[in-house]
Amino acid sequence: MSLKDLPKDEYLLPGSAACPGCPATIGLRTVLKALGKKTILVVPACCTAVIESWYPNSSFNVPLLNIAFEASGATASGIVSALKQKGRDDINVVVWAGDGGTYDIGIQAMSGAFERGTDFIYICYNNQIYSNTGIQRSGATPYGAWTTTTVGGKGEFPKDMGAIVRAHHIPYAASACISYPEDLYNKVRKAKEIKGPKYIEVLTPCPPGWRFPMDRTVEMGRLAVETGVWPLYEYENEEMTFNGISRAIFEGKYKRKPVEDWLKLQGRFSHLFKPKRDEERIKRFEKFVDDMWERFRKEFG
Amino acid sequence: MRVVVDTGNHIAALAAKLAKPDVIAAYPITPQTTIVEKIAEYVAKGEFSGDYICVESEHSAMSACIGASAAGARTFTATSAHGLLLMHEMLHWAALARLPIVMVNVNRAIGPGWTIWSDQNDSMAQRDTGWIQIYCSSNQEIFDSIIQAFKLAEHKDVQLPVMVCYDGFILSHTSMPVKVPEQEEIDDFLPKREPAWILDPENPVTHGNIIMPKDYPSIRKAMQDAQENAKKLIPEIAEEWKERFGTYHGDLIEKYRCEDADYIIMSYAALGAESKVVIDMLRKKGKKVGLARLRVFRPFPSEDILSLAENADLIVIDRSISIGFEGPLFTEVKSCLYGKSDAKVYGFIAGLGGKDVRYTDIGKIVDRVIERKQDGVLWYDVEGGK
Repeated sequence: MSLKDLPKDEYLLPGSAACPGCPATIGLRTVLKALGKKTILVVPACCTAVIESWYPNSSFNVPLLNIAFEASGATASGIVSALKQKGRDDINVVVWAGDGGTYDIGIQAMSGAFERGTDFIYICYNNQIYSNTGIQRSGATPYGAWTTTTVGGKGEFPKDMGAIVRAHHIPYAASACISYPEDLYNKVRKAKEIKGPKYIEVLTPCPPGWRFPMDRTVEMGRLAVETGVWPLYEYENEEMTFNGISRAIFEGKYKRKPVEDWLKLQGRFSHLFKPKRDEERIKRFEKFVDDMWERFRKEFG
Repeated sequence: MRVVVDTGNHIAALAAKLAKPDVIAAYPITPQTTIVEKIAEYVAKGEFSGDYICVESEHSAMSACIGASAAGARTFTATSAHGLLLMHEMLHWAALARLPIVMVNVNRAIGPGWTIWSDQNDSMAQRDTGWIQIYCSSNQEIFDSIIQAFKLAEHKDVQLPVMVCYDGFILSHTSMPVKVPEQEEIDDFLPKREPAWILDPENPVTHGNIIMPKDYPSIRKAMQDAQENAKKLIPEIAEEWKERFGTYHGDLIEKYRCEDADYIIMSYAALGAESKVVIDMLRKKGKKVGLARLRVFRPFPSEDILSLAENADLIVIDRSISIGFEGPLFTEVKSCLYGKSDAKVYGFIAGLGGKDVRYTDIGKIVDRVIERKQDGVLWYDVEGGK
């Protein structure tokens, strides 16, 4: 599947209220092309609540239920049960939630829905911050990153949500990035065909939140993958498969670009380089990424 | 029609089953637990064909009901006390989304210290969520109110969720005989739900997106109008039920010997039932006292209360308190009489945290009013209370 072969159907309509350069809209376009018309979206508090535009308008051409911040997983369970009672097994129920709504406030309801075996797809679009509320730290924010609540840079590392999700032993969990739309499209298509809970996390580099120019969204995602900061993988029936460059990194066939290449382009990390280089924090960041790949090799090698 | 002798909770589960909800989502909490256990038993025996979602919290119970109801399902849940408080955000959500969810709340006091016994602080704290609130005082009333609640909630002029409340243990774990109609009779009384809106790929709507200040007040106004409609429909539905099945508990208020009363006791839930016992006793002593047991707290029956106050003073007994002020029913009764009535209103707080209130205690409360005519917040049987 190449980019030009993606379906022409659009379920995210023009005229959304997203910021220029918004990665979530790239993700939504791709994801909805893969899901198709017979889809119900559940959206908790997040940027997408704004992207929808305001009542009585909507930029979505699939039914969409907004729900409270921490409630997506349980809400999806309810929708799936209702559809089952109506004998409708042809509709995709999909949560589209940010990292705050997934890693932090929504983790309980998501975990509950996974444990119950709810037949749905949970997509976390991860921009590594509470961006809709104005760039505050979340459990997904990287070490060292400036946010409005980590003014000198975050002192903690993000949660390993992939491992948390895998510990639920659901049939399908994947990691994707908006910069690789074919990969994302294929993962959603695959998830659609699998019964039970599915999880896909999509890296969505946010220009105002990460402090980079709005025309470099896609590049920022690519660099995250090429530096190994963001791995692309599929975890299916307890089997791990890395995809694209991540596969080459995992197999030692591609030398990761230095993490610095990614950090330097983002204003949120500028204090690590100016006024003078913060060697210790840059090294800790590098080591975190090294350790992640080391864990992958130990566990899946 | 058959007679079933069972506890309030088992009767609630039976009523829920006979209403044929498509989806039940619930989380266990004392004293509600025997409802969820009974439903699980129905599922295991194949007597309930809907989906039963055992969620991981009450917040998720209400969220699952919201999702299911938005997809067109008839939904039911049950909770108590801290569970209800955890749901609070989603109670607002369900009402604003105009979803006709029916819930049982088995009233239990709030901790700390941990208490499992009854008072109404849990549901009174949900007063402003937009839910219709019905308070029961017998197992028959629990049964009838749950089925009627679905009809009310799903009525095209209402489309609001309904909370059916009754006291933990006093009713939840006490067996009483209950007249139960046959399934076909219930089906005939309560037809399938016709949703006002639904999540449907053939007609994709975005529900609950950003609403600008110019539009928001009108959705609140519509909820208020729906509550006013419910005020008219509750008596109609109760009347229809009486005609079909013979049982009746009053409309918004159950009135007992109020016609010639000098004093009218106003209370709700089990305390309301207890008050009924004392009326005859007081009457024998020549004291002209009546009872107005509030069945419905939202919508608030202001007009009924105004007419009760035409010839009588009111003695309000709350098993609940708004700390820093007074009993919630006391406040609201005075509020609806303001500028329209000269009746005196006396307010007592009694029975918090399940402290026993016997009919003789209620007799003493009435005596105190008649003899002393005190003002202010009056605590009955509490050290330091007036």
